[in-house]
Amino acid sequence: MKYKSVFDIIGPIMVGPSSSHTAGAARIGRVARRLFGRKPALAQVTFYGSFAKTYQGHGSDVATIAGILDFETSDLRLKDSLNIAQNEGMEVILKTSNVLTEHPNTARVRLSDEKETIEIVGVSIGGGKIEVLEINGFTCQLGFDSPTLLVLHEDRFGMIAAVAKVLTQHRINVGLMEVSRHDRGSRALMAVETDAVVSRQVMEEIRKIPYIFDVSLLALAD
Amino acid sequence: MFRNVAELVELAESQGKKISQVMIEAEMEVSQRSRDEIMQQMYSNLDVMEKAVQRGLTEDIRSHSGLTGGDAKKLQEYMKNKPFLSGTTLLGAVSMSVAVNEVNAAMGTIVATPTAGACGIVPGTLFAVTEKLQPTREEMVNYLFTAGAIGYCIANNAFISGAAGGCQAEVGSATAMAAAAIVEMAGGTPEQSAQAVAIALKNMLGLVCDPVAGLVEVPCVKRNAMGAAIATVAADMALAGIKSVVPTDEVIEAMYRIGCAMPTALKETAQGGLAATQTGRQIEAKIFGVRLDTP
Repeated sequence: MKYKSVFDIIGPIMVGPSSSHTAGAARIGRVARRLFGRKPALAQVTFYGSFAKTYQGHGSDVATIAGILDFETSDLRLKDSLNIAQNEGMEVILKTSNVLTEHPNTARVRLSDEKETIEIVGVSIGGGKIEVLEINGFTCQLGFDSPTLLVLHEDRFGMIAAVAKVLTQHRINVGLMEVSRHDRGSRALMAVETDAVVSRQVMEEIRKIPYIFDVSLLALAD
Repeated sequence: MFRNVAELVELAESQGKKISQVMIEAEMEVSQRSRDEIMQQMYSNLDVMEKAVQRGLTEDIRSHSGLTGGDAKKLQEYMKNKPFLSGTTLLGAVSMSVAVNEVNAAMGTIVATPTAGACGIVPGTLFAVTEKLQPTREEMVNYLFTAGAIGYCIANNAFISGAAGGCQAEVGSATAMAAAAIVEMAGGTPEQSAQAVAIALKNMLGLVCDPVAGLVEVPCVKRNAMGAAIATVAADMALAGIKSVVPTDEVIEAMYRIGCAMPTALKETAQGGLAATQTGRQIEAKIFGVRLDTP
């Protein structure tokens, strides 16, 4: 079931004109921002498919940038996000691509500063709901409706069990788990959707597990 | 949790409940939140809808492109001053649906129901029917849960966005949702709500998503108008005891198949239909300085 809640249907409260091209675009931008963890110096956005063809009319560009500025879909500043980004010193590069993608509303968002770069591919599936299909080259299928734990680790035996053990100790139920890797034995990304919010302490415990490089928690509740 | 309309109706009728109550209880279970929290969130949605209706009916709304705005006001004026032909509830629903969709086109604040492109129909019918039936505020919130339950079934068995399934998926879903909710508010049974869904959605099958210049304006605003009209009439037909020969879930499945077969040019890419007419292309060139069909 792609849609889990009545509020996926009656909602979100949002600035118009399009739930897929405005609200969905804003949410894709916001996932990237939350993953990056701070305001980036440079935001590069590439639109594909219907996004590429119609982004101006739907305000998909201002919406995505609003998301990158960490605004909610109902935030009236959404309309002025390009000016706000400029005033706050965030450089924006927007491109469109003719490359065919599986989903018509696809956006690639790359955020960077002098320390770090992250890149996600998100699709807007309708009614403001999104799915993230790629994080830093790792394939996934995440809606971020529930708090989602992202664990970057070495691709070796016992990693899933080690993370699961910590979650078990804290009685945190797992709703969904995905693991993706570049090549066997290289780095892998584990995504865990949990029913309860994972505390800082739990994240610290996971971070201490050997062969784990990074742990982050992402929730997109409006 | 119910997976389709048949299961939803079965759940409601076997327990002697309304569709709205089944939806609220399912939401409590899935989200692990209290009834109170869930009701409060829907009350907030209702408040936003009410403001959007009021704005559209009273303010001078104009979209950035200038293509839409002011028609809801025009209809209200007409209703006050002329002996209009269709009924007060019907034309009221149409004008309020237009009002909300015009606010949306002008980048105002709305509630996606199920999407922003179709955001006029559920609140438009709700506030028009409210004038006639005088429900409590809680019954108005229940209207939104009933609409949501139907949208939930359609979204999980077909699609609700124009980009995925054409306008039939977007305005079509909203129309079906509203029809079911009107039936419940008017005292109909869950089964009659389901019939209203089938009757409404049947009349939206095949409708393509062909917005001029890719904007959620032309023909979206007028399709919201007609969606509200179809929803209201479909509800009346179901309340009269009329049944759809093809069961509701099969109508939804038909909508899904038609949407899959629909060419991409007719699914919110501004490459076909009204968008590709001479006037459509002229408007597009005027607004963007380029034609969207050039690569």
